[in-house]
Amino acid sequence: MIGTVTPASKMAEGVPAVVSSRFGVPDGHTLAGYTSSGSYKGYEAIRQVLEMSPAQVGAVVKDATVLGRGGAGFPAGVKWGFCPPGVWPRYIVVNGDESEPGTYKDRLLMERDPHQLIEGCLIAAYAIGAAQVFLYARGEMPHAQERLAAALNEAYAAGLIGKNILGTDFSVDIVLHWGAGAYIVGEETALIESLEGNRGMPRLKPPFFPAAKGLYMAPTIVNNVETLANLPWLFNHGVEQYRSVGTEASPGTRLIALSGHVNNPGIFEIPQGTTTFRDLFESEIYGNGIRTGHELKMFIPGGASAPWFFPEQIDLPLEGRLIGGQGSMLGSGAVVVMDETTDAVRAALRLVRFFARESCGKCTPCREGTTWEEKILQRILDGHGRPSDIDLLLDVADNISPGPYPVAADPGNDLEAIPFPPRQTTICPLGPSSVAPITSAIRRFRHEFEAKIVQRDLISVSSEPFTDLPEQSSLAHGAVGHV
Amino acid sequence: MSRFSPANLRLAQEIIRRYPVAKSATIPLCHLAQEQDGYLADDSMAQIAELVGCSSAEVLGTASFYEMFKMHSVGKFCLGVCTNISCQLLGGEELLEHAEQTLGIRPGGTTADGLFTLEDVECIAACTEAPAVQVNYRYFHRLTPQDLDQLIEELRSGALDDVVPAHGTLGKVRQDLGEDRIANITPPEDQIEPVWLRRHRELAEAAAAADAGTPSTAGTNS
Ligand SMILES: Cc1cc2nc3c(=O)[nH]c(=O)nc-3n(C[C@H](O)[C@H](O)[C@H](O)COP(=O)(O)O)c2cc1C
Ligand code: SF4
Ligand code: FES
Repeated sequence: MIGTVTPASKMAEGVPAVVSSRFGVPDGHTLAGYTSSGSYKGYEAIRQVLEMSPAQVGAVVKDATVLGRGGAGFPAGVKWGFCPPGVWPRYIVVNGDESEPGTYKDRLLMERDPHQLIEGCLIAAYAIGAAQVFLYARGEMPHAQERLAAALNEAYAAGLIGKNILGTDFSVDIVLHWGAGAYIVGEETALIESLEGNRGMPRLKPPFFPAAKGLYMAPTIVNNVETLANLPWLFNHGVEQYRSVGTEASPGTRLIALSGHVNNPGIFEIPQGTTTFRDLFESEIYGNGIRTGHELKMFIPGGASAPWFFPEQIDLPLEGRLIGGQGSMLGSGAVVVMDETTDAVRAALRLVRFFARESCGKCTPCREGTTWEEKILQRILDGHGRPSDIDLLLDVADNISPGPYPVAADPGNDLEAIPFPPRQTTICPLGPSSVAPITSAIRRFRHEFEAKIVQRDLISVSSEPFTDLPEQSSLAHGAVGHV
Repeated sequence: MSRFSPANLRLAQEIIRRYPVAKSATIPLCHLAQEQDGYLADDSMAQIAELVGCSSAEVLGTASFYEMFKMHSVGKFCLGVCTNISCQLLGGEELLEHAEQTLGIRPGGTTADGLFTLEDVECIAACTEAPAVQVNYRYFHRLTPQDLDQLIEELRSGALDDVVPAHGTLGKVRQDLGEDRIANITPPEDQIEPVWLRRHRELAEAAAAADAGTPSTAGTNS
């Protein structure tokens, strides 16, 4: 029960382990382990990269189409190109703040293979010409912090970081930094605020796109841990091999945390774009089936912020653009499976409560809206729901994310998918994310909400409270006992 | 007013040197103070303010935003039960309720003996190992209510003191970034184009100029 379970990481036949090849290697986190185990030899890529020009390195990453693994799926090579020319310094901030509910992969990458991440940072720093790299790990992950610190110390001592790396004119520092518990700090502009020593509140984009005005108002590239962890393998094996897995638009692999009601929950490195949710749930090397004796009710394809999917969507492949068109997102590689025993209202409340707690409070629709969403769902669950509450929930949601909210198709009721992303009245997408569980649950399981909005009898003080009561009394709005 | 021990004060100064702008060290220094005292005292925040060059209200403003900083002393063991979705699905909420019963406190409360503070926490990135718990941020996976009782017993008896350090201690290995190691940490306004970029840019420019100068391409390129 002590936290030493090794999460499963099995590969489908013919699929290379791009980022997870040292997860099971006992000393994979050390410099010796990194250079002697895994799917490539550690710190070979940086030697190769130092022979290339920074522009060539950027071109390789662009050609490979390394999609961001932090949530938005934006290609890293393209993002790097957004730094305005001739503006110095440039910074790199590595986003290791992993806290999207359901997500568990960056922690493993930091704990099990810290040198892989460090080498990825070096490659990125060389390519964009970074003055400094900040490795921002989540505060609640002391084991990851220790492993990263130890790996950085080893790499500094070996001349792999710091002044004149490997005897060249490339010099850069990587500074380990960690947070203190706030989900919103995972949002890139909030991450930068936090790194500046402030409250982690997002900045408005535009004008504060990090690549133009980021850390200390200088051009800054924010990349997710897994995104950068892909780079050493890419430079060892080349673009062609990288692109030989997955699809044209989504090449390579992805780490997926599969949790909830499956027989074999775990972290799996799967080919992007070609693996379907059915493969993931049912294959013996992955989920090995929905909990025995139960059936799938719904699933979250990409973390708490993603609209829910249902059994009709199970044959969709995990491909970013396609999933977006189908009304949800792949987000952070967090797939949460819920079987028929799951109470849709309770699940929705728990997710909404998360957003209400984690709202930074900067914008009114999010701060007030998420609070009301939670209150209304809570009273429905507690048996104090009012008949108007379902519409009220949708109305509050509409103030945070106006217009039709992304949702999966419901062929049984002739309803089409509404594509991602949602519109927002807020500074960042956290507020709109709180709407995902609400609209997903109400569209599909409205009857569960209605059943909880109990019918209460009018309790009167007097047995004859009214005289001349009209036959169709129109009591106050939200009258009890109306269904 | 000084609250950091002399050794921690030296460490604090070393941490500040890692950042091009001192204020960036605010959160790391708050962690250091919390590690020393188990919580973040007013005096510490005032001292941190002096060290990073801002007001103590600003340090409080920052620190109070973050869940992990405790402004008053807490139990020896901060027991966080994850009730977020993946854990909820596999009994996280019931586990929390069981912990409330066993310890006789509600989330946010501390036992009378000062040993345990209970917390109802958000996802701690152990979703495949649900329901998951952290004690002073050290992980315990897939706990049944009976496992939890046993865990509480073992913590109480000191059997887990090697695994679970005092509240406030996070990564026990520190990055060693002494002055001799630092390559290039200067204020943003003093930074210029990195040498390797300049070298490659000049190489490319020279090549382009040479191309432009040679008769074969001059006609097409100049
Ligand atoms: C509310 C919110 C939370 C986020 N949390 C994280 C996170 O924990 N880790 C992460 O890498 N990205 C997170 N992101 C995405 C980042 O803003 C950013 O897009 C990402 O780090 C960029 O890296 P990538 O391009 O390599 O994916 C979050 C975004 C939002 C809106
Ligand atoms: S949407 Fe919510 S979390 Fe995002 S900036 Fe606004 S208040 Fe903060
Ligand atoms: S939901 Fe409990 S650890 Fe992620």
